[in-house]
Amino acid sequence: MKLRESNLFRFISFVLIPLTIIVYAGFDRGGYYTGLINLVGINIILVASLNLVNGFSGMFSMGHAAFMAIGAYASAMLTLSEVQKLTLMPGLPEWLMALVLPFPITLLIGGIFAAIVALFIGFPVLRFKGHYLSVATIGLIIIVRAVLDNEDQLTNGARGITGLSSHSSTWIIFAIAIIFMFILHRLLNSAYGRGLIAMRDDYTAAQTLGVNLTTKKLSAFCISAFMAGVGGGLWAHMINVISGKFFYIEYSFKIVETSIIGGMYSISGSVIGSILMTYIPELLAPLENGLKIFGTRLPELYGISNIILAVLLIIIIIFRRQGIMGYSEIITESIFSIDTYKSVFQKQEYYKLLKIVGYKIKRIGSIPGYISNRILNRDNKEGK
Amino acid sequence: MLKINNLCVKYDTIRAVHDVSIKINDGELVAMIGANGAGKSTILKTISRIIKAESGSIFFNGKDITKSTSHEIVAMGIIHVPEGRQIFTKMTIEENLKLGAFLENNKSKINENFEKAISLFPLLEERLKQIAGTLSGGEQQMLAIGRALMGSPKLLLLDEPSMGLSPLMTQQVFDALLQLKKEGITMLLVEQNAYDAMEISDRTYILETGKITMSGNSKELIEDPNIKAAYLGGE
Amino acid sequence: MFTFEYFLSQLVNGLKLGSVYAMVAIGYSMVYGILRLINFAHGDIMTVGVYTILVLTTAFGMPLWITVLISIIISVLVGLTAERVAYRPLRDAGEETTLISSLAVSILIQNLLVMIFSPQRVAFHLPEYLSKLYTFGTVRLSTINIITFISVFVILILLSYMIKYTRIGMAMRACSDNMNAAKLMGININTVVVVAFIIGSGLAALSGLMLAGEYKTIDPLMGFVPGLKAFSAAVLGGIGSLSGAVLGGFILGVAEMLFAGLMPTEITPYRDAFVFLLLILVLLIKPNGILGSSDGGRS
Repeated sequence: MKLRESNLFRFISFVLIPLTIIVYAGFDRGGYYTGLINLVGINIILVASLNLVNGFSGMFSMGHAAFMAIGAYASAMLTLSEVQKLTLMPGLPEWLMALVLPFPITLLIGGIFAAIVALFIGFPVLRFKGHYLSVATIGLIIIVRAVLDNEDQLTNGARGITGLSSHSSTWIIFAIAIIFMFILHRLLNSAYGRGLIAMRDDYTAAQTLGVNLTTKKLSAFCISAFMAGVGGGLWAHMINVISGKFFYIEYSFKIVETSIIGGMYSISGSVIGSILMTYIPELLAPLENGLKIFGTRLPELYGISNIILAVLLIIIIIFRRQGIMGYSEIITESIFSIDTYKSVFQKQEYYKLLKIVGYKIKRIGSIPGYISNRILNRDNKEGK
Repeated sequence: MLKINNLCVKYDTIRAVHDVSIKINDGELVAMIGANGAGKSTILKTISRIIKAESGSIFFNGKDITKSTSHEIVAMGIIHVPEGRQIFTKMTIEENLKLGAFLENNKSKINENFEKAISLFPLLEERLKQIAGTLSGGEQQMLAIGRALMGSPKLLLLDEPSMGLSPLMTQQVFDALLQLKKEGITMLLVEQNAYDAMEISDRTYILETGKITMSGNSKELIEDPNIKAAYLGGE
Repeated sequence: MFTFEYFLSQLVNGLKLGSVYAMVAIGYSMVYGILRLINFAHGDIMTVGVYTILVLTTAFGMPLWITVLISIIISVLVGLTAERVAYRPLRDAGEETTLISSLAVSILIQNLLVMIFSPQRVAFHLPEYLSKLYTFGTVRLSTINIITFISVFVILILLSYMIKYTRIGMAMRACSDNMNAAKLMGININTVVVVAFIIGSGLAALSGLMLAGEYKTIDPLMGFVPGLKAFSAAVLGGIGSLSGAVLGGFILGVAEMLFAGLMPTEITPYRDAFVFLLLILVLLIKPNGILGSSDGGRS
């Protein structure tokens, strides 16, 4: 009997505990851990949307940060006050200067804008073969950054935009994350999703199914860009400062890394990946700044978390290409399945869980007994 | 010369070859026939080590070659003419042939092999400078076999040489194989074209879904009613 | 101020830049031709070479020619390690898998350099005899520029000869044409790949020397974007073809410099973007590149 088969267990691990953490963070605005948890939430949005393209549609985009940037800047242009815009972005047309919209709407617009760009880019670029597509998406990042850095009048150039208000609360971040995960979950379990997977697994065969593959690829690409745009807007209003260099190659690669390590063929993988990728650098931060062990100061190992993550990436890509989660969708399935919630009210679920736990304890408990048995036997043998 | 014991080969999770044991003696032409997907090509690929075996062993002249590398196996004189010819399409016929003799250092031996190859397939000589990709299927097959001969093979592994060829071409190819047999080259011939294969071979193994279901003297098997029904199109 | 002199000087600058691109592109083309691998880490190997030279010259005061030699050796070692650890296990896996792996190696190298040295830019000065300037009107050439330019062609000729007439060259062509068939000819694929990586990494190190001398500063991330541009150059010229790589390198270098020099100042900062736009255009129109040989970006 496996733990993961118990609906109650699923409820506890994938609903109750995360919810508690999120609620705690939600009320602890400005707390240290809240910031990290928020980052996890945003990363989930980014990685899950990337997985739609990279894991499920058979394409490999490395330019996700470009769509983030578009969403971030678009949303910033709509949340900043007129005064701010006059100083930072004097080149904006008048109507845009005066336009200030509520945060959620700006997110939506940012996402739509990103999706539109994806549509234009996707048209020519998505027909490239495998890795040429990937290189083209890197080109996209470079082009986007060039625009952001150089159109001073519109974007404040390389100095970036500062003074963004902290609209991104834990609530809104995770609300959006859950909604997006739900959308992806439903999409992928529908005929549309199956078509995507068919296209990924055997392009030629999928063509014979009468599915227009270019449209499919394009739609997945645009949906993914939309979500990334929203993620970008959320991110901008969490760290309050944005500039071209944040949305460049390093960050885009980071998202790809997270996607692969967590598991690019699974939406649940984005959750695991995001948690890991947010916390490992945190854990290693002391090393980066020069850790003090037993009185000696280690040298600053700046960049070590990146190195460890890169090594992890190589190990995973060689030995377990499907990442940590593999093809399992246990997290999304647990959160979005009614059985998980029903189990709270079902007595037999509690019994079932207790049984499994008891069994596990017996197995663990038997280890000391097993070890002591072997020692005793050895003593006996030698005694003879 | 070649002995395969209890070979098992897996493709991902599917076992393509179950517990196959085969023996080939010096100078024999042994055929392996069976339906598509029966595992015939897999066995050849395992011998030339393009694929790794899951379990079992392969011995060549007494030496265990189960774990040898592809190039070591070629050096030992086992040459594989793969499915679909796999010629070097961007190179000329001459270059293709030269590559066949890649491991041969002796210039005169190379010339000797070259003469043998073009005497067997005269059309190759006419078109030495032609790009191999422009050849027809049958011509490519002849090039592939010629190229294999350049390596002074002791054992020739042929993977469905008649595939995609017209009946006339098939005949020419099989005539060439008979010629090689007369010269004493040992061959393992995998074919879907059961009749032609059994006609020229000494012994035949019949493979079904990865297992050997029958084997024996080709002349006897060709008359066997079951075989006739299953592989030779009835009476 | 588009005088002929100005145009000429930009052209020459383009050729200078182009020599660097050409050299790196040769390495890219060679590895791609055999393995169908876009080695993202290639540009970073250039950075490794350059830092080696810096360390050896400043910390140990070695004469330049020894440091160059050692930097080539170190770059080759790094390249071979990457091949052995990160690429060889994936040889039968898909192209995208090896792409990811090369990405990881690139990040690894960059961050190792950041960790050992700092992310800050460091000054890099070529010795007098190399940076000696020759001026012809507005055209400025230093000795190292001339050496690099000539080297590109010498290397191209040498490599072309090797590919056409030597045994290893024939093996390389066979691998590039049909790797499975090459295996069946008794060719040891690992050896071929190792040779390709040695040549590629060595060339990358050499080209880094000129790039660093030109910009007079180096930093751990300096190799990546030029590496990417060199890849674009290789694609432009026809990936898998050595002369294509050289041609593409020079065309790209000249195009970039002409763009930078002739476009109104509002647009000049877009030179990187221009390069990649060019790449996308080439992939769209002629995926096999100008001297196209192997299977370019066919779907």
